[in-house]
Amino acid sequence: MFKGLKRVIVDEIHALAESKRGDQLFLALARLQSLCPDLKRVGLSATVEDPQAIAHLLARHPDPCDILLADPGPAPDIRMLVTQEAPPWSGSGGKYAIPAVLEEIKKHKTTLIFHNTRAQAELYFHNIWLANDDGLPIGIHHGSLDRQQREKVEQAMVRGDLRAIVCTGSLDLGIDWGDVDLVIQIGAPKNVKRLVQRIGRANHRYNAPSKALLVPANRFEVVECVAALQAVQAGELDGEPRGKGPRDVVCQHILITACAGPFDADALFTEVTGAGAYSTLTRAEFDDCLTFCATGGYALRAYDQWQRLLQRPDGLWQLRDPRASRNIRMNIGTIQDTDTLKVRMKRARGGKPLGEIEEGFAATLSKGDTFLIGGQIVRYEGLRDLTVEVSRDAGKKPKIATFLGTKFATSTQLSARILKKFQQASWPELPPHTADWLALQRKVSRLPEPGRLLIESFPHDGHVHTAIYGFAGRNAMQTLGLLLTKRMEELGLNPLGFLATDYATLIWGLDKITDPNALFEINALRTGLETWLAGNAVMKRTFRACATIAGLIQRNTPQQRKSGRQATFSSDILYDTLHKYDPDHVMMQITREEAMKGLIDFSRIEDMVARVGTRIDLIELNRVTPLAAPLFLEVGRVPVKGMAEEKLLAAEAARLMATAGLPS
Amino acid sequence: MNGCHISLNGAPLCALGTGALWWEAQSLLCVSDLHLGKSNRMARRFGVHVPPYETRDTLTRLAQDLETTGARQVVCLGDSFDDLAAADAMHEEDRAWITRLQAGRLWVWIEGNHDPGPLDLGGTRLDHLRIDALTFRHIAEASGTGEVSGHYHPKVQVPLRGRMISRPAFLLDPQRLIMPAYGTYTGGLRSTEPALSNLMMPKATAILTGGVPHQVPMPTSGIPISSTAGK
Repeated sequence: MFKGLKRVIVDEIHALAESKRGDQLFLALARLQSLCPDLKRVGLSATVEDPQAIAHLLARHPDPCDILLADPGPAPDIRMLVTQEAPPWSGSGGKYAIPAVLEEIKKHKTTLIFHNTRAQAELYFHNIWLANDDGLPIGIHHGSLDRQQREKVEQAMVRGDLRAIVCTGSLDLGIDWGDVDLVIQIGAPKNVKRLVQRIGRANHRYNAPSKALLVPANRFEVVECVAALQAVQAGELDGEPRGKGPRDVVCQHILITACAGPFDADALFTEVTGAGAYSTLTRAEFDDCLTFCATGGYALRAYDQWQRLLQRPDGLWQLRDPRASRNIRMNIGTIQDTDTLKVRMKRARGGKPLGEIEEGFAATLSKGDTFLIGGQIVRYEGLRDLTVEVSRDAGKKPKIATFLGTKFATSTQLSARILKKFQQASWPELPPHTADWLALQRKVSRLPEPGRLLIESFPHDGHVHTAIYGFAGRNAMQTLGLLLTKRMEELGLNPLGFLATDYATLIWGLDKITDPNALFEINALRTGLETWLAGNAVMKRTFRACATIAGLIQRNTPQQRKSGRQATFSSDILYDTLHKYDPDHVMMQITREEAMKGLIDFSRIEDMVARVGTRIDLIELNRVTPLAAPLFLEVGRVPVKGMAEEKLLAAEAARLMATAGLPS
Repeated sequence: MNGCHISLNGAPLCALGTGALWWEAQSLLCVSDLHLGKSNRMARRFGVHVPPYETRDTLTRLAQDLETTGARQVVCLGDSFDDLAAADAMHEEDRAWITRLQAGRLWVWIEGNHDPGPLDLGGTRLDHLRIDALTFRHIAEASGTGEVSGHYHPKVQVPLRGRMISRPAFLLDPQRLIMPAYGTYTGGLRSTEPALSNLMMPKATAILTGGVPHQVPMPTSGIPISSTAGK
């Protein structure tokens, strides 16, 4: 089939380099190369911070790879949108700037309005329509919308029928049509590379500068936007080193290879290590993957009779049951949808599909609740055949849609720039409201510094509050909150809860911290991580993704029945069981590796602790500080669980029984 | 005893947080839907290798409940095995473990839809069992009274401060008690599904399993359970 194939071109290669889709693609290219030895590979990208690293992924290892650099063209015309009204202290919606944004839409032919999450895009779209007195044609486009809906918007845009599109990352890549002459980013871009990519959506003529506006969603993001602008001007892109290719993708690759026919393990190992991401994969690691695919690889040998792969007398590996190939092929791929449910208008025979929402969000809905999807407010009617049925609901304020897209963490490089900016004597480049805010913080407390860690302690609302300005990004600050509250619990400091943002963790409780150095002892934190990780939801979510890719959990099976929900049990149970009986199993290893660099992001905590050493400044104050104040308005408070949950549940159960008039 | 005291057809019972039912007057422990050997059946039927430890885990928990209660009688309420081939394929040490648990106890295996037919293990095989005011059978019958059954793997969701707590649960009304699944690899059916909400009478309650069992009004498809806590 691939006879005569001479060249493969990978466009927007930087986007693939950051994901398992890329790892899988490069494994597939390695396979293609075996079939067509003369195959040439070409990768294209306009936003690569480290061309050598990408070249390593693209080329067959250890072959060399030529790198051609094109003239970058004119510098982008990118600014922060200055509004009459100062941005609010917290939040991520950017609603305050809607009048100014509408003005900009009127001045341009077509505007793309980017948001960092789908829920934000929905809310914004709803709000901009309420303010759209001139009836400008504005559409919405994001990954949760039904495909038909999305295509309709894309076509309208190609025809030039739309003046603006509210969108998310779903429009980030590869859509070059239309006459876009302005890109607006709502909320801090969190990452300079993504910002550059989005700016690139505007004005695709090579010699004309791209025009873009940043709209900070809150006061802190003003600083972040300015720092990002300076990074763009300096041509400084950010990126986190990717590390070794994940092994769940190798497991899937082995199974897919087996579907194509019997294979030789030595030859497959050579092929896999020819992919840059896997050039350091050891034979032992590969063999673990192979064993996992063959027998499950459990310490308890249970599947010798029911192996998935068998080694034949001639040494080649093959599927025990060739019919299994259908199952395996139905589950090819590495993209993990969260469990989503389709949303439809309620009609006698299946109404119009609107899009999808997360199952977890759907579970919190009761009949009559309203939420936003595709820019309209709908009313939850019920669940039928795993489809959420809704009806139109005019005029009510919606219960906020929480089908979040990814919450990006601010990149290390951007965080460093912000910290550096704090050290300036004054901030003429910032709007006065933000410069005054920083100056006030410096006066009543102090501003965080690079190489030091600022901790503020103050009473508020009857509790002791501790604000830790770690600047390690949302995921790491969240992990830090979990670990510190756990340590505080051990030290008898009675923490009650915490919340995390990209720059700080705020903990509240009954007692105050007196010895911060003891709290930040890295070995103690690491031990805490080990025990805490075990039962953690983040680990379970990561496990589900890895186990699905590796073929332990099958998303799609031919036998799948509609009513099959009773028969399936959650992947959390598999995780708990493995943790209890086979903690060193290869799937647990893969899950740990993945979680450490992903959602848990412990490496950034380690970096922070190493950078800071013992230079921790604990400042006691008698009231909330300017820098801490916005934290109180943030959402996402995490209660410290344990007996607290049982106590709450007991009270709630008693209340419900009493309400229903039942004796308890 | 860490349990919720209830009464069915005049018999005082205790629903344990582990998902087992304890009838002290009869020194009887009842567990339902163990689904032992599920991993074996999944490998055989679907070619998927889930961690093969569910039998060990389920038996460990059962042994603990037997020890805390000191039960003299045990009723396994059907679907004790994921299928009979899985029962046959059970590891020798698990088989020996079950024999040890049975020693000195009256042990009844009620037949379930997953495991009908003769069983090559100690204990008595029955379609259903009557003791005093109670009848033990796998699948509830519309006309049953004082009936203890399993089969549906009921679970219940309670909204709590913006989160959903979902746990396996006992469902109780004046006529019957439906047991949660005890096996490690068992999913659950929400009490709001018609199969369950049509079966139970109005004013039924649910007892959530967990560290401490909590009794709540049973959420049904008609009236969603509502919560004002935290709002």
